[in-house]
Amino acid sequence: MPVSQANSRAIYDALKKCGVGLVSALPETWLVHLIRMAEEDPAMILVRLAKEEEGVGVSAGAYFAGVKSAMLMQNHGFLASVNGIVSFAQLYRIPLLMLISYRGHFGERDPWQTQGGAATEPVLRSLGIPYGFLDDPAKVEKRIAEAQTLAHARLHPTALLLTRELMWEEPAL
Amino acid sequence: MMQRVDCLRAIYPQLQDCVVVTIMGAVAAELQSLGHRPNFFYLQHAMGLASSTGLGLALCLPKRKVVVFDGDGSVLMNLGGLSTMGRYRPDNLVHVVFDNESLLSVGGFPTATATGTDLEGVARAAGVPRTCTVRTLEEFAAAFLDALAGNQLTSIVAKVEAVGPKAYVTGLALLENRFQFQRYIEGLK
Repeated sequence: MPVSQANSRAIYDALKKCGVGLVSALPETWLVHLIRMAEEDPAMILVRLAKEEEGVGVSAGAYFAGVKSAMLMQNHGFLASVNGIVSFAQLYRIPLLMLISYRGHFGERDPWQTQGGAATEPVLRSLGIPYGFLDDPAKVEKRIAEAQTLAHARLHPTALLLTRELMWEEPAL
Repeated sequence: MMQRVDCLRAIYPQLQDCVVVTIMGAVAAELQSLGHRPNFFYLQHAMGLASSTGLGLALCLPKRKVVVFDGDGSVLMNLGGLSTMGRYRPDNLVHVVFDNESLLSVGGFPTATATGTDLEGVARAAGVPRTCTVRTLEEFAAAFLDALAGNQLTSIVAKVEAVGPKAYVTGLALLENRFQFQRYIEGLK
């Protein structure tokens, strides 16, 4: 599978380095290595969800308990989580660190991903959620730490869009 | 038929040392009417996520008893959450569903439990190891004490009358409740 193992490792190591102790996730192709890394890490609480919005509640519970968390989801999962983000995380000032695979953007071959790809950034902007991109493995660690720092300083969700550039290695023809 | 506020009153003393999460509306207002405590968090929106919040708390605070007061309308909005609870089944989580078969605060429209959906059956089939349905105050109090004393994830579906308090807005600001609750948990360590 051409999902980048090395860059998934860089993301996972960055999450560990900034003290993330719980990860909620719903599998999607680009996230498979990350989820496996969480599963194989005895120090990580991995919560596999039925729907991404549950992750807002799980992360809020972890936050109240003093455990830093990250949410792994596809952008369609982010779109499915909007009410929880608004009427829990934003209403109650809960920091969330959302790592969102940015499907349906340039280079996408799956037609079914394309509409969500077009909606992702406009929805993030309309919710006032600060977001950035993970596109360069050299900057992954710093950017994840910065997104987490802002989330906790502002008591608000922040998002990092996991790009094709970082996550997908086109197989050689 | 029993009333939710009487159920809450019957077990109120046992909530002293629990980490408690409630849904919005009548449950939150009635628990507050009995006396707010810093270990009570009222999720005044985000219907369906009280159980997910309880799951996150229970997984991260394994030495604490976590109690969620849920409702039929909220559970029906997050049936998948029951499967996530059933998957991880934390031993320290007690999940109470007050089932009045209606969306009371918006005018009492019947939910699907009024037409046959059995939430205890759903919870059991989702993998919650201990489940029961109770209809009297005595049954409720006994089931709750059993669940609290036992070390197994339990869902208690309590069939209650569709009556609630006169008002839903209380004097406790949402953020005041949120910060107080967080400080309470910090103080446990």
